[in-house]
Amino acid sequence: MSDVAIIDYGMGNVHSVQKALIKIIDKHSSVRVTNNIDVIKDCSHIVFPGQGAANECMQNISKYFGLDELSYLFQNKPFLGICMGLQVLMTSSEENNSCRCLDILPGEVLGMQGKINKNLKIPHMGWNKVRQEKDHPIWNGIEDNSFFYFVHSYYVKPTNDLNVLSLTDYDISFASSVYDKNIVAVQFHPEKSSASGLKLLQNFINWNGEL
Amino acid sequence: MSIYKRIIPCLDVNNGRVVKGINFVNITDAGDPVEIAKRYDSEGADEITFLDITATHEARKTLLQTVESVASQVFIPLTVGGGVTSFTDVQDLLNAGADKVAINSAAVNNPDLINEVTSKTGRQCIVVAMDVKKVSNNRWNVFTHGGRKDSGRDALEWAKDITTRGAGEILLTSMDKDGTQSGFDLDLLNTISSNVSIPVIASGGAGTLDHLEEAITKGKADAVLAASIFHYSKYSIVQAKQYLKKKGVLVRS
Repeated sequence: MSDVAIIDYGMGNVHSVQKALIKIIDKHSSVRVTNNIDVIKDCSHIVFPGQGAANECMQNISKYFGLDELSYLFQNKPFLGICMGLQVLMTSSEENNSCRCLDILPGEVLGMQGKINKNLKIPHMGWNKVRQEKDHPIWNGIEDNSFFYFVHSYYVKPTNDLNVLSLTDYDISFASSVYDKNIVAVQFHPEKSSASGLKLLQNFINWNGEL
Repeated sequence: MSIYKRIIPCLDVNNGRVVKGINFVNITDAGDPVEIAKRYDSEGADEITFLDITATHEARKTLLQTVESVASQVFIPLTVGGGVTSFTDVQDLLNAGADKVAINSAAVNNPDLINEVTSKTGRQCIVVAMDVKKVSNNRWNVFTHGGRKDSGRDALEWAKDITTRGAGEILLTSMDKDGTQSGFDLDLLNTISSNVSIPVIASGGAGTLDHLEEAITKGKADAVLAASIFHYSKYSIVQAKQYLKKKGVLVRS
C-alpha cells in the first residue's frame, strides 16, 4: 500500500506522471498531485518531476516550500526525481549562467551544447538505451540496455561516480540516472517510456527506500 | 553516433473518432483512438500524433476528452495539433495529457505566439508544423489554412526563425508530396534539417519503406511521420523498423 505524492510546483506537465502512476498502483494505494508540505510529510513515496530552466525551477520551488524542509523530506523517504527533478538535486547548474541547486547530491549540471558533435540535434530528443551500471531495485525485470524516452539539453555529472546508476550515450556518455540511499533520479521520462517505463515506476512504488 | 530515429504514426481525429481507414486485424472498434493508440504502442511506435480536423468549439471539448482518455492508457509521447491558436489552447491540451502541441497557421500569422508559449511551457512541448510548397528551384514557401494560402514566407528562413523563437521541433510537410505516396521531398528535408539545430520530422509522401529510409538517410530527418502506409495495413510499424534496421538505420526495437 503506497501513498504517492507528486510535487507540483508549476514547472511543466505533471499529468503524464500522474496518469502513469494511476495506471500501475493497486486499489489500496493513492496518487496525489500536491504543493502542500503536509501532504508530502504524510506520503510514503515522493515523485519530483519538472521541466524548463533550472533557475526558474529553483525559484518556483522556493515559492512553495522552505528549501531545508523540502530537502530533508527528499532524503527521508523513497524519492524519484524525473528530468528537471534530477537536475535540481545537484550542487549547481550552468544553465542561465550558473544557478545554485538543492545540493542534495554533489555534482553539476552541464549543457550538451559544445560538448557533443555539432551535427547532433539538441535537445537530445527520442528513445535511447540505458546501460545499468549498478544493481538496484528499480531495475527489477528491466533488461540492461532497455530503451527509455529522453528530452533534455542539459545533463548531470555527479562528483562521485558511485552515484551513477546508469549511463547513456549521445556522443558523450552521461549519467542517465543517479542514486544515493533512498534517492533515485532519472534523466529520461519513465511515464513516456511504454512498458519499461511503467515497470520502473512500479518498481519504485514497491521499493521501501532501502538498498 | 547518431540518435535513434523515430517512427510516428499520425491519426486524423474528427469528433472523438479516428477517421481515414484504420485496418488493424483483431481490433474491435476501428475508430476508437484509445484502441488504435494502444495497438501502435504495442507495435513499437515511438510516438503518436493526433491531428484534429474539426475546428468547431464543441468538437474542441470532445478532442480534450479524447486526449485525456488516450493519455490515461498509452504511455508513449503524444503530440496533438489542429486549430491551436492561443496559449490557452496549448495549456488545455497539455492539461488533458498531451506531451507536445503542434502549432501551424497561428504561428505563421503571429510568430510571437511561439515565443510566448515556449517561454511558459518549455521548448520541448512545442512542435511548429510547416506546410510548404515548392515555388521555384530550391525555394519553398510556407502555406497556411491547410495549404490553401501562400504566406509568402521562405521555408528555410521560417525554419530558422522558429528555431530562434524557441520551438522544440519542426514538423515539415511537403504539400506537393502529401497524399501522393510517391516519396518525401528529399531536397526540402535536407535543406531544412541541415540548417536548423532542432529535430525535424518528415511528413508527406510516404508510400513505401524505402521512402522512410530515404527521408532519414538522404533527407537527414530525425523522425518520420506517416499515415496511410500504416493505416491500411500496407506495412506495420514492426516491418518498417525491421526494414530500417536492415538498412543500417538506428531504430528502437
